[in-house]
Amino acid sequence: MLIVAVLVSVGATSYYLRGSIGERVIVSTTTSLYETELLETVEDEFEEKYTIDLNFISVGTGIAIQHAQRGDADLILVHSPSDERKFLTGGTGVNRKIIAYNFFVIVGPENDPAHIQGLQPLQALSKIVQSGRNGTAEWVSRGDNSGTHSKEKSLWAAAGFNYNDVSKESWYINAVSGMGETLRKADYFEAYTLADTGTYLKYFNDGLVTLEVMMEEEKELLNVYSAIAVNQTLHPTVNFNGAMTFVKWLVSEEGQQTIEQFGKKTYGKSLFNAATNLLKENTSQPTVAQWIRDYAFFNGTECPSEYRIGSSELYP
Amino acid sequence: MANEIIEGLLKAFELVFSGDPTLVEITLRSILVSCSATLLCLLWSMPIAVALSLRRFHGRILIKGMFHALLGVPTVAFGLVLFLLLSKSGPLGFLRILYTPTAMILGQAVLITPIAVSLIVSAIEAIDPEIRNLAKTLGASELEAALAVLKESTSGVGLAVIASFNRAIAELGVALMVGGNIGGYTSVLTTTIAMETNKGELELSIALTIILLLIVIGLSLFINVAQRRMT
Repeated sequence: MLIVAVLVSVGATSYYLRGSIGERVIVSTTTSLYETELLETVEDEFEEKYTIDLNFISVGTGIAIQHAQRGDADLILVHSPSDERKFLTGGTGVNRKIIAYNFFVIVGPENDPAHIQGLQPLQALSKIVQSGRNGTAEWVSRGDNSGTHSKEKSLWAAAGFNYNDVSKESWYINAVSGMGETLRKADYFEAYTLADTGTYLKYFNDGLVTLEVMMEEEKELLNVYSAIAVNQTLHPTVNFNGAMTFVKWLVSEEGQQTIEQFGKKTYGKSLFNAATNLLKENTSQPTVAQWIRDYAFFNGTECPSEYRIGSSELYP
Repeated sequence: MANEIIEGLLKAFELVFSGDPTLVEITLRSILVSCSATLLCLLWSMPIAVALSLRRFHGRILIKGMFHALLGVPTVAFGLVLFLLLSKSGPLGFLRILYTPTAMILGQAVLITPIAVSLIVSAIEAIDPEIRNLAKTLGASELEAALAVLKESTSGVGLAVIASFNRAIAELGVALMVGGNIGGYTSVLTTTIAMETNKGELELSIALTIILLLIVIGLSLFINVAQRRMT
């Protein structure tokens, strides 16, 4: 009797808590899109039109890809082209669409102990290493296999340093945390760090950090966000159709406007820029479009045809 | 910095007392999930605890020791194991309950089993063994004698149950790893505090922390007072 009563009440509670959730799409996402609260706005706009419930799990690009490979996510929102390429060729990822871009920024304390203000990114990193070894500057790294972390690694390589060696030096602080917390740590230690513009602007304008931007937007610092669905033939339980409905909305005029307008009023500038129209012909910003092609296209396209399933309208 | 804390506190109290709908929803979900987990956990913890405290069998001390040892296992360790089990590629993936409240209830129920068993065993063992012998000499069966002892230890067991609930509602590891802190669905007090702080939404974090502390400290105080009354 008692046992049945307990089971019934537990069952009823979990049913009740499941609530009105009908069709759900689980989206594992990079922390920057989540922590800036862009995804909350996106969710509101999307769910107004569709009965699909979007469930975001904020984890960072590396773990998001792992979730997808395990079949625990239906869709991922990520920003690390080299990792994304592996994810596609590995067979799990399909129908990649570039949804937005902005720039990474190297930020640091106001007094700029390494004197990198205005330098090129790669020169700046060399200076930071020099000052680090002198004991006058420190660097904080995400250290969590996120897209930002993998960008940082590629920047060290481009600047001529071996990441594995550099990351063991005493001035190099491994935060192993999301973007917001890493910014906070860098702020606390008065250190330099690499951040995505979106999260940095939100944190700076909300008075959560006082770190300053050290350089202009450069090609090397480009940051491109994509959506990639999980291959249904590999993981039959994923909600592929739901995921594609969301992707199609994201790259639609309405979705792109939602991304572009987000934060514009509060922060005086878009945290994330719309990418779809930019990549069409006759764009108003051919330079940035070319940068995106150079950085985030595979074999001249955002998603080579062998990694597409249906949805041909996405790739005119 | 001090200003930030004071302002945060003021706004947080405003939130708490204005009955902010998000706040109410998260608090209710937390209580429901952890209550269900506690009930579910009692289903197996009660019989285990009764057997451990009233029966004399081989390996009894070893099993008791094992539950004591498990008391100290960090919640993230449980969280990781449960995530691997419930993941679609894991052995229990066919249940398809990862990132649902059901997974959190199951996870917390497993998590608090060691504390529930250990505390219930202590509560029962605190009862004079003479009661059981007396019942038996009066002609009670083994089961009836056990029930007599249980009846005597009701208040002790009750406190054990409350302490187990307290552990469930205050833990973060399991709720975050198998629940995923999905807004409006699996976000509970602890996970929201962790994630909102990452977003820089300190006021909501502080308000939720106040609620969580009121629940946890309130219940602990209650246990303390009740125990003093009993002795």
